[in-house]
Amino acid sequence: MALRAVRALGANWAPLPALPALRRPRATPPSLRARSLGTSALLLAARKYTDKHEWISVENGIGTVGISNFAQEALGDVVYCSLPEVGTKLNKQDEFGALESVKAASELYSPLTGEVTEINTALADNPGLVNKSCYKDGWLIKMTVDSPSELDELMSEDAYEKYIKSIED
Amino acid sequence: MLRAGCGAALGAGLRRGIGAGRRFSSGPVSGAKPGRRGWASAWQVGLKQTPLHDFHQQHGGKMVPFAGWSMPVQYTYSHLESHMHTRQHCSLFDVSHMLQTKVFGRDRVKFMESLVVGDIAELKPDQGTLSLFTNEKGGIIDDLIVTSTSEQHLYVVSNAGCSDKDLALMQTRAQELRAAGNDVHLEVWENALLALQGPSAVRVLQAGVSDDLAKLPFMSSAVMDVFGVPGCRVTRCGYTGEDGVEISLPAGRVVELAERLLDDPDVWLAGLAARDSLRLEAGLCLYGNDIDETTTPVEASLVWTLGKRRRAAMDFPGAAIIVPQIKEKPKCKRVGLMSTGPPIRQHTRILDLEGRTVGTVTSGCPSPCLQKNIAMGYIKSEHSKVDTVLTVEVRKKNYSALVSKMPFVPTRYYTIK
Repeated sequence: MALRAVRALGANWAPLPALPALRRPRATPPSLRARSLGTSALLLAARKYTDKHEWISVENGIGTVGISNFAQEALGDVVYCSLPEVGTKLNKQDEFGALESVKAASELYSPLTGEVTEINTALADNPGLVNKSCYKDGWLIKMTVDSPSELDELMSEDAYEKYIKSIED
Repeated sequence: MLRAGCGAALGAGLRRGIGAGRRFSSGPVSGAKPGRRGWASAWQVGLKQTPLHDFHQQHGGKMVPFAGWSMPVQYTYSHLESHMHTRQHCSLFDVSHMLQTKVFGRDRVKFMESLVVGDIAELKPDQGTLSLFTNEKGGIIDDLIVTSTSEQHLYVVSNAGCSDKDLALMQTRAQELRAAGNDVHLEVWENALLALQGPSAVRVLQAGVSDDLAKLPFMSSAVMDVFGVPGCRVTRCGYTGEDGVEISLPAGRVVELAERLLDDPDVWLAGLAARDSLRLEAGLCLYGNDIDETTTPVEASLVWTLGKRRRAAMDFPGAAIIVPQIKEKPKCKRVGLMSTGPPIRQHTRILDLEGRTVGTVTSGCPSPCLQKNIAMGYIKSEHSKVDTVLTVEVRKKNYSALVSKMPFVPTRYYTIK
């Protein structure tokens, strides 16, 4: 999503090398320790992140997409979600919608190449779910994963935590 | 004539920020505190700071650049919470960035009238009015409040983003008048300025003043001690549509007064974010967005600011263009719009039902009170009637919008019948 203030500061972030799916990150953050991860790459449901603060979690070939806690905090109360129609074909980094707060709109960018299979219709009446539950009930869209290798280009939880810290300083 | 898109958004005044540190302290904004997220404020060197700058940060204010100043956009409460709290209780805003000027001299009214459109001579002692500086093309240089005080001066409050040009305008005119033998001089008033706005604002203030505030109606002003701070100018006005006051006081006492006001649990701090959504609900213009040097008062639907005597005398800048527009109707007009669907914001295109472009949005946001989208924009006069159905284009999709009366949310100014 386009958090303009954030982007201006984080523009020079260089991607870290992707961690192989089966190796645990060295310093596992508390949030990950509590979760039980499937060790098979196919069942990998751990979130990967974009530098624009979207996350995607792939399960059985379908990716669920949302925005991170950092993003929802910076955005403020979401009052409206503009989401694409089911069937929309997206290339990685295509703009697929926007989240509106009272003050501003933030565009959403597709983490991967694929087709939209479902949108979270609960957000029409309850856009605040994006703030209250950005990783669960506030999911935005589900999509197919046409190029699984694109996942490797995204940040792991750890790498994303480091990325956020580098922006904040 | 269609508005090609109007003046710059909130950040415009940043260009003026590096200037003579005329007011308060000027200098680098303190660096980002650890854990402060997402706000780019700390990176601009040369932003001016009000006397409440540290106070804002201590109270959790997120600082952003605005018109050359480092100002709080919001505090720990969310934007929505802050907005609704102002409508239900009251909020305290730091508006010290605005320019406060005093005009002295026997010919001060003549001076003021040479620059603004209003009947300043007819103001009663301690009465104020919203007025406009206009230029020879009939455009609006700034909007401001002029109060005719009972202390032999006019008290003028104008926008921070226009302070350099307003001061230059006023100083030049004052010099011209003096050269022609008139008695007028200006003084920039280096005071802090607080706004306390909301239904309980006056109750909160009354506890700290001995004047009976029931006798201070909307747009009137008085000097009084406020919670032990002597010589505060209290004006019953504001930028939210609610009852409330602006308090001008010495910079050295403003932190003390702000803390004292916050002692009342009904009072919350509020920043620029809530200030903008509140004024939009109240149908109030934001200079630079909704009015600027390319809009006339008639196009801007501000005909009421044109003094009755002044219209007849045609003796204000741009009168030759402005006054005929009252009868002949301008080609475009500022109107209110309402819609559902995605919020409509500045620069959104407005179309008629046949898909032809008929205007542009100059301000817009989702209304926290109405739970609908509200906006202001300029559209061709033939489409400007209330309840006209139009189309707005948001992210390449079309949505329905309705021309609406303003204010969108009823105002609650305190008048004495």
